[in-house]
Amino acid sequence: MTYSDAEIWTIIVIMGIGTFVIRFSFLGLIGDRPMPAFVLRLLRYTPVAVLPGMVAPLVLWPGAAGGQTDPVRLLAAGATVLIGALTRNVLWAITGGIVTFYSLAGLTALL
Amino acid sequence: MTTSTMKTPAKSPYWAGVRDGAPFILMAVPFATLFGVIATDAGLTLAQTMGFTILVIAGAAQFAAVQLMVENASIAFVLLAALAVNLRMAMYSASLVPYLGSAPLWKRACIAYLNFDQTYITSVARYEARPEMTVSDRVAYFFGVATPITPFWFGMTLVGILAGQAIPEAWALDFIMPIMFLAMVAPMLKSLAHVAAAAMSVGVALVLNGLPAGTGLLIAAGAAMLTGALVEVWMERRRT
Repeated sequence: MTYSDAEIWTIIVIMGIGTFVIRFSFLGLIGDRPMPAFVLRLLRYTPVAVLPGMVAPLVLWPGAAGGQTDPVRLLAAGATVLIGALTRNVLWAITGGIVTFYSLAGLTALL
Repeated sequence: MTTSTMKTPAKSPYWAGVRDGAPFILMAVPFATLFGVIATDAGLTLAQTMGFTILVIAGAAQFAAVQLMVENASIAFVLLAALAVNLRMAMYSASLVPYLGSAPLWKRACIAYLNFDQTYITSVARYEARPEMTVSDRVAYFFGVATPITPFWFGMTLVGILAGQAIPEAWALDFIMPIMFLAMVAPMLKSLAHVAAAAMSVGVALVLNGLPAGTGLLIAAGAAMLTGALVEVWMERRRT
């Protein structure tokens, strides 16, 4: 990370204000006016639109593995998604993913 | 409050909220600890990490911002991508208006600050189930839900920071963050539209990976939101 302290605090403060404005928006400022249906539809997909795109390159070309595809990380990512989709439970998915990652990493270190 | 409050605390809307919010401590503890560990690992100071957690108080967006900062994305991209993760809260805000719109402004401001996934989902479920609740009961319930979660979120972040300073490089903490994001997203893949949006996001992000950090992600996110919305419209047309 190559930001100055001032830049890091700028990010934190603007994110804090921005997040509050998003949360306060309708409740505090816009009031009871209805939003266009298509805007609501778009907003509904923000988490599944942002997070997978952020993760995909990290899974395929992890910086910590020198940008090379790492089977251990691929399998751990697959296990996380599978457990998350089946159990619909974030904590189980994290636990399963982390256990898979570290047991496979430990196994490859031994071999 | 009546004299029976002591015996059956769940009857007051505030204490009912505390009771319903308490299970989320189980979720706040690992998430907050991990944020402390990962932000410290990424190079943030104690004050910066706590500043993040207290000012932003939104798990996924905090992790997203730290990830992009590790990649040295430009400040504008860090902000845009992290705030995009929080855009769903505009929906939360909108859907609370019919229940809380007539509460005093300062209370609505406090609720806005505490309006994260767990408090929102729990409270709206209660408001829907009990239409007879007064506005002040609803406000009290919301604050009740937030009461057990918030102190653990802040406190365990601090624990994570202190633990993070002691964790050696060899633990490969870099991959904890992708696992957390995947774990958050996987349970959300509940319709064809969600799966299509996620697939579009992955595809475009990989193709545009060579662009400056954050750029490809923004284009991917925009394309994915549009994909999700269009598939949803298409599915509704097919059904009718």
